[in-house]
Amino acid sequence: MKLENYSAGDHCDEMITSDGKVKSHYQEFFKRLEKIPQKKMKHLQHSANQTQRSMGMTFNVYHDNEGLEKILHLDIIPRIVPNSEWREVESGLKQRTKALNMFLQDIYNERSILKDGIVPSELILKSKDYLEPCIGLTPPKGVWCHITGTDLIKNRDGKYYILEDNLRCPSGVSYMLESREIIKRIYPELFHEQGVMPVSNYPTKLLNMLQFLSDKKKPVVGVLTPGIYNSAYFEHSYLALQMGVELVSGVDLLVEGKKVYMQTTHGLRQIDVLYRRIDDTFLDPMTFNPDSMLGIPGIFEAYKAGNIAFANAPGTGVGDDKAVYAYVPEIIKYYLNEEPILNNVPTYLCREEEQREHVLENIHDLVVKETNAAGGYGMLIGPKSTEEEHDKFRELIKNNPKNYIAQPTLSLSTVPTLCEQGIEGRHVDLRPYILYGNEIEVIPGALTRVALKKGSLVVNSSQGGGSKDTWVLY
Amino acid sequence: MLSRVANSIYWLGRYLERAENYARFIDVNFNLMQDLPVGLKEQWRPLVAATGDLHIYESKSQDYTSEEVLYFLGFDENNPNSMFSAVRNARENARIIRENLSKETWEKTNELYHFMQAGQKKKVWKKDDPREFFSLIKNQILLIYGLADSSVARVEGWYFSRLGQYLERADKTSRILDVKYHILLPNQDQVGSPLDFLHWMALLKSVTAFNTYRRVYGNIDPSSVVEFLTLNKYFPRSIYFCIREAEKCLHKISGSDAEGYKNSAEKAIGSLKSKLEYADVEEIIDYGLHEYLDDLQIKINGISDKIDSNFFTIRDNFAQHSTPQ
Repeated sequence: MKLENYSAGDHCDEMITSDGKVKSHYQEFFKRLEKIPQKKMKHLQHSANQTQRSMGMTFNVYHDNEGLEKILHLDIIPRIVPNSEWREVESGLKQRTKALNMFLQDIYNERSILKDGIVPSELILKSKDYLEPCIGLTPPKGVWCHITGTDLIKNRDGKYYILEDNLRCPSGVSYMLESREIIKRIYPELFHEQGVMPVSNYPTKLLNMLQFLSDKKKPVVGVLTPGIYNSAYFEHSYLALQMGVELVSGVDLLVEGKKVYMQTTHGLRQIDVLYRRIDDTFLDPMTFNPDSMLGIPGIFEAYKAGNIAFANAPGTGVGDDKAVYAYVPEIIKYYLNEEPILNNVPTYLCREEEQREHVLENIHDLVVKETNAAGGYGMLIGPKSTEEEHDKFRELIKNNPKNYIAQPTLSLSTVPTLCEQGIEGRHVDLRPYILYGNEIEVIPGALTRVALKKGSLVVNSSQGGGSKDTWVLY
Repeated sequence: MLSRVANSIYWLGRYLERAENYARFIDVNFNLMQDLPVGLKEQWRPLVAATGDLHIYESKSQDYTSEEVLYFLGFDENNPNSMFSAVRNARENARIIRENLSKETWEKTNELYHFMQAGQKKKVWKKDDPREFFSLIKNQILLIYGLADSSVARVEGWYFSRLGQYLERADKTSRILDVKYHILLPNQDQVGSPLDFLHWMALLKSVTAFNTYRRVYGNIDPSSVVEFLTLNKYFPRSIYFCIREAEKCLHKISGSDAEGYKNSAEKAIGSLKSKLEYADVEEIIDYGLHEYLDDLQIKINGISDKIDSNFFTIRDNFAQHSTPQ
């Protein structure tokens, strides 16, 4: 396909420099791409879509009544990350994960970071995600976040910035794995020539990490899902299948004598570790929400007694609040006595008067986010919004300042993407996955989400985003 | 195996078998209609009657045109037993227990569903000759069986799926046999006429039994056909064969030897098997074929209920805890 007209514009492009030269880590691919006729590319894209459909790689969209299952569009042009760049991301994520885990252990136990005034006590202790039942607890093996899926972006300056620490139940890893399988079939020879680091051993690593959480020799592990109507159900069953463990839902489990059992065709069988993909507060109605008809009554008592391990541990949500995010650089310095390797996006906390005034005055230049929303909802992109929308958000902020933060608009980097008119640049983010068991490991790959609409910065799958395979080179 | 998972595997087996049988029914009836003498009215009502869903059909329509019946049996989402519903339910159950299926089995089941949806969109029932579609559906299901046969470990899940499949098949064979009861000959003199034979032949063909029957019995004669499809010890779609195989599955699941029973499901199926094992076709005819088949269907349903209570029913984990104040 011809790429003469492809340009970086005023963004950082992953493939070409601002003066139009192909970056060295994309050269092999670029040569290959030039040789494939446009028609053939479209055909390859079509067959990728078909494969996704027969695999049933679907997600369910909230706020959408038409057809429960949708396919997350997979663009067949990969996002390639050179090794040197990856090393930095990797060490930065390890550092951050370590610090955030120490932070969680601390705020549920000694609270020294609060006593030392580094993070305001009120921000943590009054957060709805700070779970009282977890106070004084240390999870099995002392780890809180076993699976993290951090969102990063690359700004105009060519540097990576952390956008969000997803410490609860980050999803999307199945897309990383299945997309790789599909893309491998499309460019079989390139993988060898380019030297792409494999991701396919993720399920094994995940299983090892989960087994590590129990002291039993052969612990029984399960994936706990809310059920087939959950948006990430495909992923839950996919991971259970790949690990060869049971996929359980709340009704399959019951607690007797502070032990957790699965109900099988041959009676009760004890289960030791749960990779739970349901929210903290739906785990146990007796502990968290007496009105809930979901969850497994008594399971939290079993957890306290050390008879069941959860990944991630309940209570981690307080660590990825968008207001806490602003303090992460301080958190890293406090626990590790190191400078943060990866950048935080400068963040204005509307709870602080001075910062709030700045936000209200400069709202047209800023991105405003709710501290507790996800999926790109409850968000204002200042430069792309009308005066009316600015005013609406000014009101929202004034009425409930604690609920909002603001950040400068960043320019997300672009990657060539197959579009109607040919190949054009589209904005992307990057979500690598980090496992924390015996040690911290960053998987050399990621889910790259891409905003398919021209110029759009919203990469969320629920709002017109697609995905790309991410190649980390040796 | 989780009770909930076993339940879904069992129903996956049943629904796939149901869909396949419907594809056969429709295909054969279509064939039969083409052989009818000119001027004789097409008979689609018996097919609907045999599925046991006359009341649903007649709540919507009093006419039995091929188009309407094809739609009802094949594509009607509001008919809980239509081929479409069976395929959709099979796929839904497969989705629930996907982690227990091989990748290929799931993908082929998923494709089957998409294929069925496409057929519905294209309004296949309006085509002059929709048989190609039904035969494709049938082949896709056979492909799923083939994949499973050569790739699924013979452990509990396998036996639950077979159990569902065989019970469903026993029920469907009894129903296809019952079609003959509902088909009206123009008048009583025609019993034993060429037209009557056409019907019996079509019936055998619909369970792919025609050639085997010929080899065993030679001539077409109603009581031999009944004997063959009900009591034959070797033909994999005869009711006896299905019940015997289903019993084996239950024994594998509970780990019991072939003698006696370990649970109420085994007891019920064992006694039905013995009854068929020692039955004569004359007894069946004397009792009344339709009545006999009706009894069989009720017994099969009873067995299914017992399987449910023995293996699939789970305790409500909320029941043992009172809500804390």
